[in-house]
Amino acid sequence: MNHKCDECDRPATHRAVDVVDGKKIPVHLCDIHAAEHGLTGANPHLPVSELLNNFVQKHSGADTQSRSAENLHCESCGASFAEFRESSLLGCADCYGAFEGPLSALMERAHEGGTHHAGKVPRRAGVGERRQVAMRLLRRRLEDAVQSEDYETAAQIRDEIEGLA
Amino acid sequence: MNFRGHTENAGEWLRGSGPHADVVLSSRVRLARNLAGLPFVAKANRRQRYEVLESCRMQILAKPLSENTQFVHLNDATPMDRQLLVERHLISRQHGAAKNDMPRAVAVGSEETFAIMVNEEDHLRIQVLRSGMQLSDAFDQINGIDDMLEEKLDYAYSRRFGYLTACPTNVGTGIRVSVMLHLPALQLTGEIDKVKRAARDMHLAVRGMFGEGSDAQGDLYQVSNQTTLGKGEEEILADFEQTVVPQIINYERQARQALIRDRGPQLDDKIWRAWGLLTHARVIGTKEVLSLLSHVRLGVNLGRIEGVDTRTLNELFLLTQPAHLQQHSQEEMDPGARRIARAQLIRQRLGRV
Ligand SMILES: [Zn+2]
Ligand SMILES: [Zn+2]
Repeated sequence: MNHKCDECDRPATHRAVDVVDGKKIPVHLCDIHAAEHGLTGANPHLPVSELLNNFVQKHSGADTQSRSAENLHCESCGASFAEFRESSLLGCADCYGAFEGPLSALMERAHEGGTHHAGKVPRRAGVGERRQVAMRLLRRRLEDAVQSEDYETAAQIRDEIEGLA
Repeated sequence: MNFRGHTENAGEWLRGSGPHADVVLSSRVRLARNLAGLPFVAKANRRQRYEVLESCRMQILAKPLSENTQFVHLNDATPMDRQLLVERHLISRQHGAAKNDMPRAVAVGSEETFAIMVNEEDHLRIQVLRSGMQLSDAFDQINGIDDMLEEKLDYAYSRRFGYLTACPTNVGTGIRVSVMLHLPALQLTGEIDKVKRAARDMHLAVRGMFGEGSDAQGDLYQVSNQTTLGKGEEEILADFEQTVVPQIINYERQARQALIRDRGPQLDDKIWRAWGLLTHARVIGTKEVLSLLSHVRLGVNLGRIEGVDTRTLNELFLLTQPAHLQQHSQEEMDPGARRIARAQLIRQRLGRV
């Protein structure tokens, strides 16, 4: 079930179907490559409750893929994905790993396309982790700057990134 | 519990001061945190909840978070005390109403500038309150509290998702920034729905402070961010404090000026009728009080009425709530008796006994 991204070694968090010569070919992508393929950022204006509802409907359908999400269980706390659907509450920290597939899509929509943490890092997580998060934030700001054609800021951020690397 | 003496006044956050206090009553920042190695609250058994409670209690009281931090076990508190804490915004309604035998608590800092709920939806819900528009100050304080707690408490955290929370809509930074806004002019001009829609398009949640559903009693609204993953705390704060909230403040101020310009006499009539009722009523319910207070507050902020200050009015929003009223009168009262006591308290406070 756990696919790697077709374009790199990260775990795939997005699935889609390409049609080539009339044949359907499944595509598996990580967040970064999904964004490049234009698979993310769909309607960022849905309020969260609506979003959960849509999500619940989508995943309570009869097709096999949603049934497999329904049957997911967290080995640490015993919570099922169905329980999460009911309460919108996860059972423990490990649920995030256990339900990562279906959760990723939901979270991305709930957080305006945000897929990775870009904020505070607990001290015990160490210097390396803090640098990674700082990089992630800079890369995102760089994208924003390029998108809004603010090349001066973009150049500054590029320097900062080089300083960190 | 020691809040009884405090109930003659509102907490620091209703002082009526701080930047933009004509529109912004208060600012709030909240962080959601969970301890590593234990299930989230809803899945935790009694023993595990005690373990969370004790770890947090020891760390909260060991650190100099404030001059005199009070730790209140809610499972020992009376329903009235819990209701007082809810009305004072120190605990959520949900935290106050949870089953009594479930171990849960709140730690309250001096002057009520911060409150830490233990075993609400997450193991820890830290919040800092300030009067007026003071989100950056509130954030600095809460970040400091978080640093101190983190020295001994091992938080549930993942590289990808950041701080792990029971509901995935809080994951990442776990931060919620919000302001309580007084928007009477937008209500009177009928533009409030437009503003609410615009706010929702900017990924903000807009709720009435009092009352259920869309009808915000007292024209008091809470506006907060929804996105917690993929952005840093500073960025979330800056978007909110420098872009979103100033826009709403501006709309409200423009609506106020438009009312004075186009409907001056009608506006004054509303304000002075509200004043007349508040200072002369003998029996009055909360819903009516909230609406009248809102109009008088608008009048004070526009200089149409003098001799009463914003702080007194802000406090009345709180002190006329059921639990505060009963605390003030030192007795339990049925709703009918409360309506009489409420009218009397208001006349006292407004100097018209
Ligand atoms: Zn990839
Ligand atoms: Zn779990």
